[in-house]
Amino acid sequence: MDILPLLLNGFAIAFEPLNLALIIGGCAIGLFIGAMPGLGSVNGVAILLPMTFLVPPTGAIIFLGAIYYGAMYGGAISSIMLGIPGASTAVATTFDGRPMAIKGEADKALIAAATASFVGGSVGVVLFTLFAPPLADVALTFGAPEIFALMLMAFATFIGLGTDDIPKTIFSIFIGLVFGAVGLDIISGEPRLIFGDIPGFYHGINFLVLAIGIYGIGEMLWTIEISKGNAMMSKATISVPRILNTLVELTRTWRTMLMGSFLGYFVGILPAAGATPGSLMAYGVAKTFAKDPETYGKGNIKGVVAPEAANNAASTGAMLPMLTLGIPGSPTTAILLGGMVIWGLEPGPMVFTDHPDFVWGFIASLYVANLFALLINIAFIPAFIAVLKMPFTILAPIIFVLCIVGGFVPTLDMHDVWLMLIFGIVGYFMRKLDYPMAPAVLAIVLGPLAEPALRQSLLISGGSFAIFFTRPYAGVIMAIAIALFVLPLIKIALDKYRRPKDG
Amino acid sequence: MKKVKISGRVGLLGLAIGLLTGLSVATVPGDAGAWEPKKPVEFIIMAGKGGGADKAVRYMQNIIAKHKLSSKPFTPINKPGGTGAEALIYVKGAKDPDHTIMFTLNSFYTTPLRQPKIKVDISKFTPIGRMAEDTFLLWVHKDSGITNVKQFVKAAKAKGNAWIMAGTGKNSEDNLLTDFLNKAYGLNMKYVPYKGGGRVAKELAGKNANSTVNNPSEQLGFYQAGKTVPIAAFTPARLPLFADAPTFKELGKDFVYFMQRTVVGAPGMSKEAATYYRQLFAQIYGSDEWQGYMTKKSLQGGFITGDILMRYWLREKAVHKVMLQKMGALK
Repeated sequence: MDILPLLLNGFAIAFEPLNLALIIGGCAIGLFIGAMPGLGSVNGVAILLPMTFLVPPTGAIIFLGAIYYGAMYGGAISSIMLGIPGASTAVATTFDGRPMAIKGEADKALIAAATASFVGGSVGVVLFTLFAPPLADVALTFGAPEIFALMLMAFATFIGLGTDDIPKTIFSIFIGLVFGAVGLDIISGEPRLIFGDIPGFYHGINFLVLAIGIYGIGEMLWTIEISKGNAMMSKATISVPRILNTLVELTRTWRTMLMGSFLGYFVGILPAAGATPGSLMAYGVAKTFAKDPETYGKGNIKGVVAPEAANNAASTGAMLPMLTLGIPGSPTTAILLGGMVIWGLEPGPMVFTDHPDFVWGFIASLYVANLFALLINIAFIPAFIAVLKMPFTILAPIIFVLCIVGGFVPTLDMHDVWLMLIFGIVGYFMRKLDYPMAPAVLAIVLGPLAEPALRQSLLISGGSFAIFFTRPYAGVIMAIAIALFVLPLIKIALDKYRRPKDG
Repeated sequence: MKKVKISGRVGLLGLAIGLLTGLSVATVPGDAGAWEPKKPVEFIIMAGKGGGADKAVRYMQNIIAKHKLSSKPFTPINKPGGTGAEALIYVKGAKDPDHTIMFTLNSFYTTPLRQPKIKVDISKFTPIGRMAEDTFLLWVHKDSGITNVKQFVKAAKAKGNAWIMAGTGKNSEDNLLTDFLNKAYGLNMKYVPYKGGGRVAKELAGKNANSTVNNPSEQLGFYQAGKTVPIAAFTPARLPLFADAPTFKELGKDFVYFMQRTVVGAPGMSKEAATYYRQLFAQIYGSDEWQGYMTKKSLQGGFITGDILMRYWLREKAVHKVMLQKMGALK
């Protein structure tokens, strides 16, 4: 199968007037949906799915793909501007994006996010074009032991994420893991930690509820306290020379961008993982290997670049198991799958041979969507900056409403809204007492993925941990994970050894 | 509908016309006085995303949207926790029973039997319509070289406890069938639960499991790609799609097992609302799309509703009670 003619044919389809219009419209809609806290690509795709019966299937998937892409770009906007993750995939972007905005560098952070998203998306779609079938085979052989090894690696990258206060970091991880364990356990079929018998806990604690609570409500309470009612937000500006300076600065982050892109893509293609762990891992890796890890979390541009490159690459990656295996790699692709079924397409191993026009038209449209999402995003940055200039007394109630909506929408359950408010208050106190939040957020995302994988693996092996080392993929990932655990310890030891010399 | 489709192809202008035509169809008022949903309807799924039940609900949602069968949208919500317990508890306590329906599997009977703590009495739920009965087959990977049950039994016996059977959740339908196979053939396969049938199918195709008892729709893609193969069916007669797989009945083990794919209304749903949903799902059942879907996915069974459906539930519940007792899951 020669790829180039197929891809060119795909571009011919993507550039048909209707399809091009759908791409542009989809990117713009996705951008705004993604920018709303709590509303992400899942909601966008689900809401607009019925609209797609008006166009042929290829146009339909192109439209939804563009929304998906636009939402990935948009997620960064509220993470940076308001400090509230626009979508679960953009949580890691708040870690450094928000401090940048507070420093008055919101424009820089937004441009960095858009550019990194573009690079991540481009790398993802090129990898998709070239290596879809072999990568699908890799994804297929990834069983429970490999997934657990990967999750352990993600935890390892976050060892150094917290402050220097290690006990507080560990406490934060554990509280996240405990929250992640709430709900019905699929392996035993028994409910856990449901506080007596509160039905709202049966579906577990939604990760967005925690993230919006801590970062949205908690942050707002904190801002109210430190500003003491003074109308202050941040001094945001934007001008052409500033944009150019930022772009020059971004060229120096190419390594971080590529690392984020490849890591994100690879995590994205694994069924059940998706873009959220991908972006968190990219952030962790960027920090672990940085020369200046202490600047992360305080407004380092690389802390925005890494997760944004990763989440866009991962969203392309998640399309791979969807198209080739018929298994969604993320909640959004699960809904796309439903759409494909009614358009009369059966996603699965046969789709590349049975429907080449559809598949290649879609892949080509991702290239085009990526470019348009970048252009639309940059065009709107001045508008977003204007929002930041609003007095806090006006902005705070808007943020509050957006948080409530964001907490309610994913499960349509008031229980989650109350929970989110409680997390907001807890988050405020944690912040006051200087507990790091990021490890808790990481643990609540990765815990529910890691735990069943660990138990499935041990069930398969009959209780032997050797299963994580004797399988080729799992073994390699485990070795990396262990190295990542040990690395910070060596660093600390070296620092201690060197310090007396300096003094 | 045809007109809308064609005009969409012409271009943006066509799209706008299509939208307008769509709107005018949607605003045609229904029969005066007949009950209609007043807000979006929550369509609860007792299983995770990407499995057979999930795909079926999204398919029905799309039929409703495509033919504009309802003025309000149907919102699929997955509540897979605890082999359906989460969904049952949610629907039992639905605040707005007239706008809460659920797509159920056999865990509708087994989960309340196994977990009396959740206090779910299925006879209180509102029977809407049985859309199909899904079938089960025994699957192995093609590379295993196994082509019939005899070889399967030999291979599984040789591996003993190291033979992995992947399935969906503890004490689910897959678990019942695994226990049946273990007992009937004197095997000791190990059952490893995963979230959702799609994931289970993938584990077999990726050789992380030795066998599964997937529904046809879950394995179809891998089957067509030549990765997995069914060696026997838990049906009364051979399935047209997999004519080479004999039934267990033919092999001398009289075991037939179906999975209901049924729409259930929340307890306390008003009579008018129940009538509305019954008519709606009867219409969906009769649509070309649903009939085509049933053929493609190798689904069986006619549409039943009302008291007949309730009697079907109670009979199936009794059957499952005996099965669960036999496998030791119930005292």
